[in-house]
Amino acid sequence: MEPRSRSFYVLTAFFMLFILFLYGPTITIGILSFQGPGGGLTFPMRGVSMHWFYNLFEQQAVGDIWGSFRRSLTLGLMVMVTTIVVSVMGGLAFRKKFPGSTILFYLIITALVIPSILISLGVGLLFNQAGINVHWATSGYGSQLTWTLPFGLLIMFAVFNRFDKSFEEAARDLGATSWQTIRYVVLPIIAPSLIGVALFGFTLSYDEFARTLLTSGSRNTLPLEIYGMTTNVTSPVLYALGTLTTVFSLAVIVIFLGIVLLATRHRASKGNDAGKGML
Amino acid sequence: MQKPRVNNALTGWLMVSPLAVVLFIFLVLPIVMIAVVSFWQTTAFSVIPAFQFDNYEFLFGSPVTYTVFVNTFKYAILTWMFTVVIGFTVAYYLAFHIRSLTWQVALFLLCTIPFLTSNIIRMISWIPFLGRNGIANSALISWGVIDQPVEWLLFSDFSVVLAFVHIYTLFMVVPIFNTMMRIDKSLIEAARDGGANGAQILWNVIVPLTKPGIMIGTIFVVTLVMGDFFTVRIMSGSQSANVGRLISNDISLLQYPSASATAIILLITVLIVIGILLRFVNIRKEL
Repeated sequence: MEPRSRSFYVLTAFFMLFILFLYGPTITIGILSFQGPGGGLTFPMRGVSMHWFYNLFEQQAVGDIWGSFRRSLTLGLMVMVTTIVVSVMGGLAFRKKFPGSTILFYLIITALVIPSILISLGVGLLFNQAGINVHWATSGYGSQLTWTLPFGLLIMFAVFNRFDKSFEEAARDLGATSWQTIRYVVLPIIAPSLIGVALFGFTLSYDEFARTLLTSGSRNTLPLEIYGMTTNVTSPVLYALGTLTTVFSLAVIVIFLGIVLLATRHRASKGNDAGKGML
Repeated sequence: MQKPRVNNALTGWLMVSPLAVVLFIFLVLPIVMIAVVSFWQTTAFSVIPAFQFDNYEFLFGSPVTYTVFVNTFKYAILTWMFTVVIGFTVAYYLAFHIRSLTWQVALFLLCTIPFLTSNIIRMISWIPFLGRNGIANSALISWGVIDQPVEWLLFSDFSVVLAFVHIYTLFMVVPIFNTMMRIDKSLIEAARDGGANGAQILWNVIVPLTKPGIMIGTIFVVTLVMGDFFTVRIMSGSQSANVGRLISNDISLLQYPSASATAIILLITVLIVIGILLRFVNIRKEL
């Protein structure tokens, strides 16, 4: 191996600063959320306590945090499942050109780049005119899908662009129907990427704010609740909530990464069965 | 040969039908709805369907509109400049200086994780850092760089752009890293064999080959910043405005026709910007 050049060390330092820039503030509020009861929004720490976390559990101190957490969780799971199913179907369909595929592709790009507030405003107006009440599980759910589906599809496009078609041809030559090919050949191969799609679907929904603002109705999701708090809560209880949801998101990420890791290990151990077949 | 093709089209349509339905109801119809409402009339007590151009006339007649649009472009350009430099450097480091794939994946994930946590929380976390008695000011004072706390750190254009860069740099890193990983390493060796030094390789080989990734990242960052309305509100302490805030203010005052007209103009502006950027890259090829 050639020796490391000087630019390597400069860039390493730059990268470490970047990581510090990404994580530093979050760690800061993590520390500040353990502020003593008399402490304020910034340093110095006036003692160390769990005071602000206890405060979160008292219903009257802040809004309906636990209700909004439950709603965000449910909505996240709904969006996640829908995103996986619809993205896989869409990804499979887009491998062949069909009439209208170009228009649909540009719609997907539009959904990705359109300012979120337009979705919020438009869906709100639409439901209002149709005489349907906005609700997080209907209009909120649909609005979030306009954000998560394009991401899921982009991942699927990237996956299928790198997909070796000879596996499918082999399956077809051996007499598999197109459903069997998908079920036993394509899906197992793309499974790890699907976990990625699931992770994106869930976390993007769980943290989505702009598209849910006017479409969730009277019952807030968690990000809306937090947004409301930024204007009227001036105690570290805000940090405590921030720390808790960040820890929750991190736990979700770790679980999903764990699944990917287990799946690849499993595959590596059971994989390559060449020569071990019945014949 | 006629029948299989019809069949193909039919399965294709069936498979994308859920996607098409969602996009039609929650993307196409809302845009149409906004376009329609932008011509409606607002009276003191209600909003009535009409077809008149008052909302647009008011919008283009008001000096506020122009300031706000200039502000929006200012944030977009500043954020773009910082994210493209930081994003390129980080992606370059990961793609060309980290030699083992495991480390590449691990460090890439390290960059990605914050993207999967709450944006609002990440913005709020700057407050203890930048405030009047915050960490930045205390540090600068104790180092003797300044005597008085600096006021412009928080609730200023500085903090707005800082938050944008903090949140959106990842949208640059991912597409640039993706394109860089697909650069054939033998091209770089060929350049080195041909006598190019590091800077020449970077500028004449890597940058041109990375252009599509930079473009995709640019589209993401520019559109996200132009469409934003809550970063500016939180980070400027309501002292500064962009188009998104203009719209959300109108919404909170129930001025839907006026909000819709502004939204349509914003959408057209964003689409023009993307149209220009798309001239430089074929997205479908780059995935």
